[in-house]
Amino acid sequence: MSTPNGNGRVITMGQAIKEALAEELRRDPTVYVMGEDVAEAGTAFKVLKGLVDEFGPERVIDSPISEPGITGLGVGAAMTGMRPVVDIMFGDFSTLIMDQMVNQAAKIHYMSGGKLKVPMVLRTTMGATRRSAAQHSQSLHAWFSHVPGIKVVIPSTPYDAKGLLKSAIRDENPVVFFEDKMMYQLKGEVPEEEYIIPLGVADVKREGSDITIVATSSMVQVSLAAADKLAEIGISAEIVDPRCTFPLDKDALINSAKKTSRVIVVDEGYERYGVTAELASVIADGAFYYLDAPVKRMGAMDVPIPFSPVLEDLTVPTPDTVFEMAKTLCGAA
Amino acid sequence: MAKAKGTKAKSTKPAGKPAGKEDVEDLLQMYEQMVRIREFEDKVNELYTSAKMPGLAHLYIGEEAIAVGVCEALNSDDYITSTHRGHGHCIAKGAAVDIMFAELLGKAAGYCGGKGGSMHIADQANGNLGANAIVGGSAGIAAGAAFSAKRLGTGQVAVCFFGEGALGQGLLYETMNMAQLWKLPVIFVCENNMYNEYTHYNETAAGTLTGRAEAFGIYTEEIDGQDIRVVNEAATRLVERARKGEGPAFLVCNTYRYHGHHVGDIDRAYYRPKEEELEWQQRDPITILADWIINQKLSDQSVLDHIQADVKSEVARGAEFALNAPYPDPSEVDTNVYA
Ligand SMILES: Cc1ncc(C[n+]2csc(CCOP(=O)(O)OP(=O)(O)O)c2C)c(N)n1
Ligand SMILES: [Mg+2]
Repeated sequence: MSTPNGNGRVITMGQAIKEALAEELRRDPTVYVMGEDVAEAGTAFKVLKGLVDEFGPERVIDSPISEPGITGLGVGAAMTGMRPVVDIMFGDFSTLIMDQMVNQAAKIHYMSGGKLKVPMVLRTTMGATRRSAAQHSQSLHAWFSHVPGIKVVIPSTPYDAKGLLKSAIRDENPVVFFEDKMMYQLKGEVPEEEYIIPLGVADVKREGSDITIVATSSMVQVSLAAADKLAEIGISAEIVDPRCTFPLDKDALINSAKKTSRVIVVDEGYERYGVTAELASVIADGAFYYLDAPVKRMGAMDVPIPFSPVLEDLTVPTPDTVFEMAKTLCGAA
Repeated sequence: MAKAKGTKAKSTKPAGKPAGKEDVEDLLQMYEQMVRIREFEDKVNELYTSAKMPGLAHLYIGEEAIAVGVCEALNSDDYITSTHRGHGHCIAKGAAVDIMFAELLGKAAGYCGGKGGSMHIADQANGNLGANAIVGGSAGIAAGAAFSAKRLGTGQVAVCFFGEGALGQGLLYETMNMAQLWKLPVIFVCENNMYNEYTHYNETAAGTLTGRAEAFGIYTEEIDGQDIRVVNEAATRLVERARKGEGPAFLVCNTYRYHGHHVGDIDRAYYRPKEEELEWQQRDPITILADWIINQKLSDQSVLDHIQADVKSEVARGAEFALNAPYPDPSEVDTNVYA
């Protein structure tokens, strides 16, 4: 379990992300941040507040409301010596930038026979239950994960977010970094000293022996809460966080499945054709002879996210629904 | 085919015999609608600050003359498309405040059964094709509605409301090009309140706003969006042109939002000075029309006060209705995904 070296410093996810950006901006003059209201406003979520004070508006750049434009500009700048960090306020706006990411950024290295590269990071958000309705609540990381040439990071803790974002910025490829907008205030230990976390290495967030819950982003917190409840009825759950959907640490998932024989995969993207389907198939394939039950999947309900709180809350996995699923899978009454 | 050059007119007050509404009944109706929006939005803010409304809302206070001035130039079956700041458009197009409050509170009685909320409120019966949480996202929809009207020969027009921030979106330009090529009866109404969220539009829009539409040869005007008589007069002419088959128009209305970008945007000093806010409030659209009505002796203050009081209690009743209304049944969560 990659927990921080415990000097006891506790910061929020938002602060961790800002620290990662600040350190990389300081370290490498080719890094810049561009997006809508990223400078003085510090983003719509106030996560980058103050960053422009240190680095100035030449490196923390407010853009027009032109998502395809700033993404395309990022691709071109990345191809020619810069390391852009493009900020797309809501993951829902991924729809607007797909050509630049999928047809351009993802393919340029390959199409050029390895001569060109696109070392850029696209930061965006995911996550429902903010009462933001259908166009501001989706978790569309599966879309990017589908495309060869793109890497996708979905951190679940401040510690992971900081270490992974630094790696993403140093990576030679386009990396999409998904932040759950409901987790910016989540607190966790983050050491003062510099560290990076390599992309594609899973992390066991809680060890257990009866069932594996593979969870991503905010679903890690949901699953940890479910694991507490499961412990009360004598079920020991292991929580494995892949941290990236690509590169994917298949071995970590398969090994945990082999150990516990039962697996649930929980992710906030749509269940249909989603991340859970891919992870479940990797596990079913790699741990087939060890499994005592089919691998279960839990994702967002396959509906546009409704506004009404009573409806919205039904669309995402909760500690209760994960608990119930695990209980059933373990054959507990 | 030779294309007409985009023309540009800057009008402040209607000259000569105005095209807009000048009858006292009509002026009082416009007054009432603006007051309805103001009261509605004040109540929305109150519901938010007292934690009775889920999520956020973008208030239209300060911009009322645009929605009302334009929509009073439309028939009830004409189309509009709206924005994240859409309550004003919705009311101006004829929606009832109680059903709107129900939607904003996520209740079953709301216009969208609670599924849409503030940013997706739609009122199909009155031609409102919906608010939109994607900046510029409705440009194509408005042009599509105009295309239908033209093809089906219904004589309807479509109005696309958007903030100046949407001028950053490519879709708008693709749509304007087609609208002019095919002479679609669509009017692009740019509500220039000077800010894209927390950034002044000078920092996001190069060149002139009207120059964008002029490049396509679209007829363009830039007007004072605080004076409803100016807005209504311009809208009436542009709607008439569109109905006659003369094609699209682009109307920039200069205005200001009094409140924050959304209800939670309280500390604004870092992006716009308090003095600027106070200055704009001196040009309040409701006061400007009230002063005109009184100064022209078309009516008196007691009539306006009466309207204000009636609307206030209507809004209070509407909010009360919505607060007490039931939430949708959980089984509604997966209905309406497909038609
Ligand atoms: C495509 C897209 N990008 C960004 C946003 C986030 N956003 C919501 S409102 C807004 C500012 C819009 O400014 P403007 O169009 O001028 O409208 P106003 O809020 O001033 O009425 C932004 C950037 C969005 N909703 N959609
Ligand atoms: Mg604006």
